[in-house]
Amino acid sequence: MKTAEDILVILQNRLPDIELALESGESGQPWIKVPADNIKDVSKILRDDEELRFDTLMCLSGLHYPAEEELGVAYHIHSTSLKHTLALKVRVPAEDPVIPSIEMIWKTADWHEREAYDMVGIRFSDHPDLRRILCPDDWEGFPLRKDYTPQEFYHGVSTGE
Amino acid sequence: MIEAITDTGERREMTINMGPQHPSTHGVLRLELVLDGEVIKDVKPHIGYLHRCFEKYAEEMDDYAKVIPYTDRMDYVAAMNQEHGYIIGVERLLELEVPERVEYIRVIMAELQRIASHLLGIGAFGLDLGAFTPFLYLFTEREKILDIFEKASGARLLYNYMAVAGLMRDVHPEFKEEVADFVKTFRPKIKELDDLLSYNKIFIRRTANIGVVPDKVALNYAASGPVLRGSGVKWDLRKNDPYSIYDRFDFEIPVGSGEMGTLGDCWDRYIVRVREMEQSLRIIEQALDGMPDEGDVMAAIPKRIRPKAGDIYVRTESPRGELGYYIVSDKSASPFRVKARAPSFVHLSMLPAISKGALIADMVAIVGSIDIVLGEVDR
Repeated sequence: MKTAEDILVILQNRLPDIELALESGESGQPWIKVPADNIKDVSKILRDDEELRFDTLMCLSGLHYPAEEELGVAYHIHSTSLKHTLALKVRVPAEDPVIPSIEMIWKTADWHEREAYDMVGIRFSDHPDLRRILCPDDWEGFPLRKDYTPQEFYHGVSTGE
Repeated sequence: MIEAITDTGERREMTINMGPQHPSTHGVLRLELVLDGEVIKDVKPHIGYLHRCFEKYAEEMDDYAKVIPYTDRMDYVAAMNQEHGYIIGVERLLELEVPERVEYIRVIMAELQRIASHLLGIGAFGLDLGAFTPFLYLFTEREKILDIFEKASGARLLYNYMAVAGLMRDVHPEFKEEVADFVKTFRPKIKELDDLLSYNKIFIRRTANIGVVPDKVALNYAASGPVLRGSGVKWDLRKNDPYSIYDRFDFEIPVGSGEMGTLGDCWDRYIVRVREMEQSLRIIEQALDGMPDEGDVMAAIPKRIRPKAGDIYVRTESPRGELGYYIVSDKSASPFRVKARAPSFVHLSMLPAISKGALIADMVAIVGSIDIVLGEVDR
């Protein structure tokens, strides 16, 4: 079982050119901040490295940070064989939110990424089927953005707004 | 592989919709099936029919505690477990101590709920495959659990019973006696279920070797709960990442073994649920023994919840698998973000990978065996 600090050291040894940082809030769990372009490389090492073996992506959450005008994704992964868990975070500017998909590393990311696209509008490049998942395909806007205002009509039917 | 022959002798594919209103989809789920005769070539699940914006509502509440009733409405057949997961998340953010008596009552409630949920899951699974009788037997037992819940919380389905660092109200005076009574009368019923359904030849023919999930696939799709254990992976959060007071209890983790066919088939997932009910009874018995008789269950409930800035991912073992809550606090009174990681959502995404080559009738068995609740899939 490794802590986030140990894992960061291993990642930095394996990927010296990538800027990784361990961050934490005043309470809760720490996370490793990963530049958007490198998330795929980092994930691959996390999954395949003998010392890490993160075989499962537990959760992938899309977030909107209105103060910084950024969107973000939080990845929570764990290893069933080595029993450790880790949180990763990626932030991208809200006007061009593109993050590489990690569907080919952990298959479960497929639907989670579709949900993050549907709810906060992050576009995952190389995703095999990036469509809305909970809302109808022709819904307008991204409901979990903090500045979201629902449309008044959907196909001529009032939404009650 | 069976090939469909048309009048002209050409092969032909057909797309049909199963659902959104189909009795075996357990709610409103639409499966777009690409068929070659009876054989499924591809399946595309379409979800969202029950989307009620849980996460958006959670952000708009002006109090963390006000989110609790909304969690009930996600997996509405296991509402106690939904509340349990969420309040543990809030308690960890606040670094709160939970009174002993509260912990014990919560565990008893959570395990009773697991049994109630499995009874519904198993009953409906049998029903989908044409076994009508077990469903009625199982519902009689589930009713007894709901009666206990009703006396304790006032509700039969959506309880709003657990509170941050406490409970909404104390249990009724006969609680211990009633639960002990249930444990005693329910145990022989599991044997009855085995005779009625588990080892029924027709049932085995309908479920063995169907919808096989290899362990590698299960892990890559982040399967959890009975679906993962059905594939032979011994993984249960109550043991592997203990929360609440689960580390105090002695119980086994039942896993599938390919007893009737292939490891990870529908029958394996089914039998894991049956065996889990026995283990839940063991936990309940131990919890009844350990539960303190005195203690105010409402004393520690905080008047005002203002966690420090930070975020936490909490996972608990719901009857369907890993129920995760990712809660982000920005120091204000309302959560900045609450994301619910629902096991049914994850398991449903696995459907295309495990049902290619199956027959339409087997699709009913596969969907039943992963035991989805659409309220939780769509949130």
